[in-house]
Amino acid sequence: MPDEYNFAYLDEQTKRMIRRAILKGVAVPGYQVPFASREMPMPYGWGTGGVQVTAACLVPADVLKVIDQGADDTTNAVSIRKFFQRTAGVAVTEATGEASVIQTRHRIPEQALREDQILVYQVPIPEPLRFLEPRETETRKMHALEEYGLMHVKLYEDIARHGQIATSYAYPVKVEGRYVMDPSPIPKFDNPKLSDCAALQLFGAGREQRIYALPPYTKVVSLDFEDHPFTPSKADHDCDLCGASDSYLDEVITDDQGGRMFVCSDTDFCRCRREAGHVGRLGGEA
Amino acid sequence: MYVAVKGGERAIDNAHAFLAEERRGAPDIAELTVPQIREQLRLAVNRVMAEGSLYDPDLAALAIKQARGDLIEAIFLIRAYRTTLPRHGASQPIDTGKMSITRRVSATFKDAPGGQILGPTFDYTHRLLDFTLAANGEAPAAPVAPASPDPVPHITKFLNRDGLIETAPPAEDTPADLTREPLSLPASRPLRLQALARGDEGFVLSLAYSTQRGYGRTHAFVGELRIGTVAVEMQVPELGFAVEIGEIEVTECETVNQFKGSKTEPPQFTRGYGLSFGQTERKSIAMALVDRALRWKELGEDNSGAPAQDEEFVLAHCDNIQATGFLEHIKLPHYVDFQSELELIRHLRAEAQAARQEAAE
Repeated sequence: MPDEYNFAYLDEQTKRMIRRAILKGVAVPGYQVPFASREMPMPYGWGTGGVQVTAACLVPADVLKVIDQGADDTTNAVSIRKFFQRTAGVAVTEATGEASVIQTRHRIPEQALREDQILVYQVPIPEPLRFLEPRETETRKMHALEEYGLMHVKLYEDIARHGQIATSYAYPVKVEGRYVMDPSPIPKFDNPKLSDCAALQLFGAGREQRIYALPPYTKVVSLDFEDHPFTPSKADHDCDLCGASDSYLDEVITDDQGGRMFVCSDTDFCRCRREAGHVGRLGGEA
Repeated sequence: MYVAVKGGERAIDNAHAFLAEERRGAPDIAELTVPQIREQLRLAVNRVMAEGSLYDPDLAALAIKQARGDLIEAIFLIRAYRTTLPRHGASQPIDTGKMSITRRVSATFKDAPGGQILGPTFDYTHRLLDFTLAANGEAPAAPVAPASPDPVPHITKFLNRDGLIETAPPAEDTPADLTREPLSLPASRPLRLQALARGDEGFVLSLAYSTQRGYGRTHAFVGELRIGTVAVEMQVPELGFAVEIGEIEVTECETVNQFKGSKTEPPQFTRGYGLSFGQTERKSIAMALVDRALRWKELGEDNSGAPAQDEEFVLAHCDNIQATGFLEHIKLPHYVDFQSELELIRHLRAEAQAARQEAAE
């Protein structure tokens, strides 16, 4: 094992404590389980919750993929991947289909996940009601009593003011008709992928000391109203590199004259499509 | 053609190399040694130990060197190291009454057994830059006196003899460990004190200051501020008695605060308590004031809505490692959520424009 650290950095007692929290989370989908988050060798806000969950899940045979903003080559994804290569010595991959554990920040891969995969989300603020009620003592009560009126009022006020629900990411969901849950700051475009997903989805919030989970094939509904149904949205373009019309896009500024292009945020998805011969508006110029 | 930004790994490696070079500074200037930092930047070392929750002057000094003098970064290094240490057990409570005193002042009594000992304090220095230090002038040797063999009892004990101050009976239960269990609210006083002891000095200072200015005022007097070394003892099961395993320097502050009284109990002063590693007076005094402000409920006082009275607000925000992490994380990529906001705002603007046009026609 590399370095003098325990496998995947955390000591076995800590991993056991985290696994217990995960199991509780799986047993009560969408419920935020308090856990004794440790100080990790990277800052809070850099994914310490996700890193602890991943560390508690990893076994030597795992193949790990780490993405940030959908991409494998974003600096923090590179850094976290390197951390586990160093402390756990596990194999890593950029291919979604080859990974057994995927740690992500802000995206769900475009490619459908399988039952033998675990998707670990990094979560900044696990409490969906936090910006409506800052007190944890209050929000815990609201969850316990299933008192979600405040959230519906907020969504209604959005419609009254803007004509639509003005939440574009971290769009709140209801899990199996019980807990309202924050899906982490994924774009609402990704929300439908949360539901009925074959993979186990785990959410880790290190600074806020919370873990929650969606077991495979959990029903997850984005909050909406009958006359204002939820709509996932993305930039109204195709990917300029691979031509995909159904993937979430990053907007890239290409000059100071208002020039811009749109590319898949999921870099592995885009690469696979280009390798399969798909070409977008600007993809053939190289 | 557009090429997606690659090479994050090389960029990171290069950034680290650049950082190491910057940390060293001009190579023709002698490099700082860890013992130099430990001995000459002692108050910085103390702060890192206090907020890092680890008493180890050498490691704290190393962390300060590695962090280029950024104390919060140094505290972070210590915290991250601390979590990896095995727990062998818990020490006996330290006895600050048996402290070897280097400084001890009371603001409530002109004199008391044990006396007032100023010790190494900035209190009465005139804040004039000392240019002899720039010229590497040696400090003249301080006069030395033998340590007094007399005991130095706690000032609050004198008040307590007459029942003038609330009693603080020793707690029976072992207090919970903030670093091993998630914080749940309401928190017990030991847990609050733990959080304050490792809380950010600046944050705790400002909260304490706010109580002095009327946001949850508690009329604090520094009954006693004492600094010195105390023995740390541990029960060794095989031996059946406690053995001394080392000595630590601590700062303890006990404040004497406004009275409480009721139909059944005559008025009494109340207490605030601060304790931190090393000579860390500002922290310890501030901690005592905030501790006292947070006790409003058990003492039957009104909640005036002051920030320093708000346990959840104070405990959730006093940790600078958590705070700086979350604050600074907003410089990480947020392309995806920002993109979704862009789409939304474009959409909303288009609709607003269309509505305006329609109204104009």
